[in-house]
Amino acid sequence: MKSKVKIATTSLAGCFGCHMSLLDIDLRLLDLVQLVDFDRSPINDIKRVGACDVGLIEGGVCNAENIEILRDYRKHCKILVAVGACAVNGGLPAQRNHLDLRDILEEVYQTSPGLAPGSAIPNDPELPLPLNKVHPIHEIVRVDYFVPGCPPPADALWKFLTDLIAGRTPVLGHGLLHYD
Amino acid sequence: MSFLLDGEEVPFIPGQTIMEAARAAGKYIPHLCWDHEFAPHGSCKLCTVKVDGRFGAACTVAAHEGMNVDNRSAELDDKRRTLLQMLFVEGNHFCPSCEKSGDCKLQATAYELKMMSPHFDHFFPDRPVDASHPELLLDFNRCILCELCVRASRDTDGKNVFALSGRGIKTHLIVNSPSGRLADTDMAATDRAASVCPVGVILRKRRGFKVAIGNRTYDKAPISEQPQ
Amino acid sequence: MSAPQHAEITDAVLGRNSRDSTRLLQILRQILEAIGHLPKTVLVQIARELKLPYGRVAGVAGFYHFLGLEAHGHYRVLWSDNIIEQMQGSVELCEEMCRRLWIEPGRVSEDGLVSVGYTSCIGMGDQGPALLVNGRTVTAMTRERVATMVDLIRAKAPVASWPREWFAVTDNIRRRGILLDHGLDAGAALKAAMARGPAAMLAEIVAAKLRGRGGAGFSTGQKWQACRDAAGEAHYVVCNADEGEPGTFKDRVLLTGYADLVFEGMSIAGYCVGAARGLLYLRGEYQYLHEHLEATLAARRSAGLLGKNIGGSGFDFDIEIHLGAGAYVCGEESALIESLEGKRGTPRIRPPFPVTHGYLGHPTTVNNVETLACACLIAIRGGAWYAAIGTEKSAGTKLMSISGDCARPGIYEYPFGVTVAQVLADCGASDTQAVQVSGPSGICVAADEFGRRLAFEDLPSAGAFMVFDDGRDMFEVARNFAHFFAEESCGFCTPCRVGTSLVKNLMDKLNARHGSPHDINELFKLQRLMQSAAHCGLGHTACNPVVDTLNKFRPAYERRLHSMEYEPAFDLDYALSQARQMTGRDDAGAHLENAS
Repeated sequence: MKSKVKIATTSLAGCFGCHMSLLDIDLRLLDLVQLVDFDRSPINDIKRVGACDVGLIEGGVCNAENIEILRDYRKHCKILVAVGACAVNGGLPAQRNHLDLRDILEEVYQTSPGLAPGSAIPNDPELPLPLNKVHPIHEIVRVDYFVPGCPPPADALWKFLTDLIAGRTPVLGHGLLHYD
Repeated sequence: MSFLLDGEEVPFIPGQTIMEAARAAGKYIPHLCWDHEFAPHGSCKLCTVKVDGRFGAACTVAAHEGMNVDNRSAELDDKRRTLLQMLFVEGNHFCPSCEKSGDCKLQATAYELKMMSPHFDHFFPDRPVDASHPELLLDFNRCILCELCVRASRDTDGKNVFALSGRGIKTHLIVNSPSGRLADTDMAATDRAASVCPVGVILRKRRGFKVAIGNRTYDKAPISEQPQ
Repeated sequence: MSAPQHAEITDAVLGRNSRDSTRLLQILRQILEAIGHLPKTVLVQIARELKLPYGRVAGVAGFYHFLGLEAHGHYRVLWSDNIIEQMQGSVELCEEMCRRLWIEPGRVSEDGLVSVGYTSCIGMGDQGPALLVNGRTVTAMTRERVATMVDLIRAKAPVASWPREWFAVTDNIRRRGILLDHGLDAGAALKAAMARGPAAMLAEIVAAKLRGRGGAGFSTGQKWQACRDAAGEAHYVVCNADEGEPGTFKDRVLLTGYADLVFEGMSIAGYCVGAARGLLYLRGEYQYLHEHLEATLAARRSAGLLGKNIGGSGFDFDIEIHLGAGAYVCGEESALIESLEGKRGTPRIRPPFPVTHGYLGHPTTVNNVETLACACLIAIRGGAWYAAIGTEKSAGTKLMSISGDCARPGIYEYPFGVTVAQVLADCGASDTQAVQVSGPSGICVAADEFGRRLAFEDLPSAGAFMVFDDGRDMFEVARNFAHFFAEESCGFCTPCRVGTSLVKNLMDKLNARHGSPHDINELFKLQRLMQSAAHCGLGHTACNPVVDTLNKFRPAYERRLHSMEYEPAFDLDYALSQARQMTGRDDAGAHLENAS
């Protein structure tokens, strides 16, 4: 028996919708686990990514922690895949890019109506700092494949993964390739 | 009279461009700024073909007897994909929130050419939205500067509601009023210009998302299989 | 100045221009000169009076660098950002000026008094660093001049009262040949042409094998013949004096000391093609020559060399001068014609070519300043004489504008076929690393190629010859050119509009030491796309300097690479700067290392 493909997944600045879509492959999940082992992923409790064949990245890059995780995945994964609109082009989080981050922080934590007295911009060192702009992941690291969609349909993820595992260059045809 | 398009014979009438002849023959040449109703413009360059070894825009090059035109070669589709990526990164194209999604020519052409990513670093320009008009919305984030609205308003509606200003990467669409507001022009929702936008810049208000996903123009069939 | 005053000035300018909408660009220029900026109320007035849509007027105003809809300073200083002038210290001087004025480059001071910025090469590479102040050319800038200029600006002294020697432009003619030593009296060449008759004169141009001096080298005889043969109720001669290619300034010298010859060449062209009107499109940067050129035209009219029934032959011809307003792309002939018609300078779809559908749709021959001047020599001495000079495929002589690392920058006239090495020896260049022939859109020639010849069959040239010695960084040269093309792309077609910006960004990425070999591959890919898909020559050639230097000076790029793995274009730690500022954090978690 061929050794299983090791896959890690993560969600950066995303909504986990792409992960939900992955789970949405339904019963085919049972087929998938015959072919792959999961390393670090929100669907298990592994804390650090190890050497992997494939890393699936959901979400854009909006803060310092996203950068560190993304680089860690790039370092450990032979193949890195941008999954979903946010990872591919920044998506919803990137809609803040035409605003100045300082204005956003000020408005959200200091000046908008209804804030508790003494509200301040959080400065706990435990919290990752947001980046001036949100970036798609290919602007930070080299990315090998892209699966667009918000989220990509379960069928697209299934087609993509089965192609990849079988050693075929993944191709998404009409209906599977979409950006919304 | 005929020429060869990807090895297949395409008839033409003298005076027709390669694009016009291809359309008449039901052949698809990718394009964004061209529309058979209006004079050719030649700015998007998506229709770049190779005519007897030389590159040219199919919408502006006249058809000639016996010419050999490459259209959907890997080389040309590669270039087109790059042009699409350029259009995607220079504006703000966030399909999930766009009412035109599924009916958008830019998006459909990108699907046709298997554009999997924007590839380049995004410019994330700061562009305004104009909701001043009672029936129409302008979202300049999505403008690809094809000037179809400029041509439709000028040549069909006789109004000149739209124009370009700026230069280079700062080129942008403006409307014909000193205030810069569409409401202060004579634009009407029944104008040809109101329905000509291939992307989601000029939109009818209160119409968005009425058609369910699955039933939109390009859900049904790829752009290459639809009438041009 | 009040709104009613603006309206009054606008009305006067409109009147002076016969409320002719094809003169829109001239009208905008003249109003800008009078008011200092273009308020919206003025644009509305222009649109109403010219019966144009407001959007059309705003579109034109927004296209040209010297116009624009935003307010400029009462003093508007624009430093020429040609690489040669950067080597002469222009950037340091500009920064010094900004420091002394307490302003940021590109911004107007808070009191509206002054703005300082950059503009593309203003044609003074032989006597830089140069700048434009309210459209007037100042050469040979120094720290002392900067200090005095700042004082004069602060004291609100009118530009007209500034030291006269600052505005001096010298010809710097270093080597003369048949053209610069022509020895002809005004009118002699036209008389000779008229003695031959139009068809015979055109035949001499054909026999002379004269080729366009703007760089492309198209046969002038063929062009004139095609224009003459084209059906149309009116024919036009356009002199392209939009000398925008960085490093080129030979037309400046011809228009200064040889204006009669240039105008006479236009008259001969008009005589040959059957035109009654000529238009000279003078680049906005050469505004200081306008008065002198108008005076030359007036003298020619008085002498009976322009006007009705010239020399009793029944030939009517007159010339009008149009000014550009800061747009390199208008050097492309169809963009130039659009600009002459008062539109945005967007190159047209070709064919049809201007010889059949040019100015206002009429047959038009567009010729370079130098080409037209050469026509005078041919009128006098004949085509066979001219064709015998130079090389087989490049007849005659060529004016070279030499600047950069050499002892004697200036204008040199050579018969075609001279080697790069010979030119370098003559201008006193030593330890030369490279020569950029014909400006950014031309060819970068490395030392092992200095035996090559300046001629259409080897190194075609519009006349720029920029010299770089061993101490120069050829990457910086290419990066300057990449910025130039991004600034000057007209924005019409996708590949050039976006491509020039992507190339600029990649060059800046490499320069900031964020690059990897991936980025170099991207540059090659963009070059292939732009060369094949762009709408006009600007886009086709915009990557030439990058690819030339990548091929010939690759280590200048490689030593800037950050790593062999892909790297982001921006500084990661800097990307946290705004959050650090707002949270006041500076702990380890508030920073990112760039190296992965």
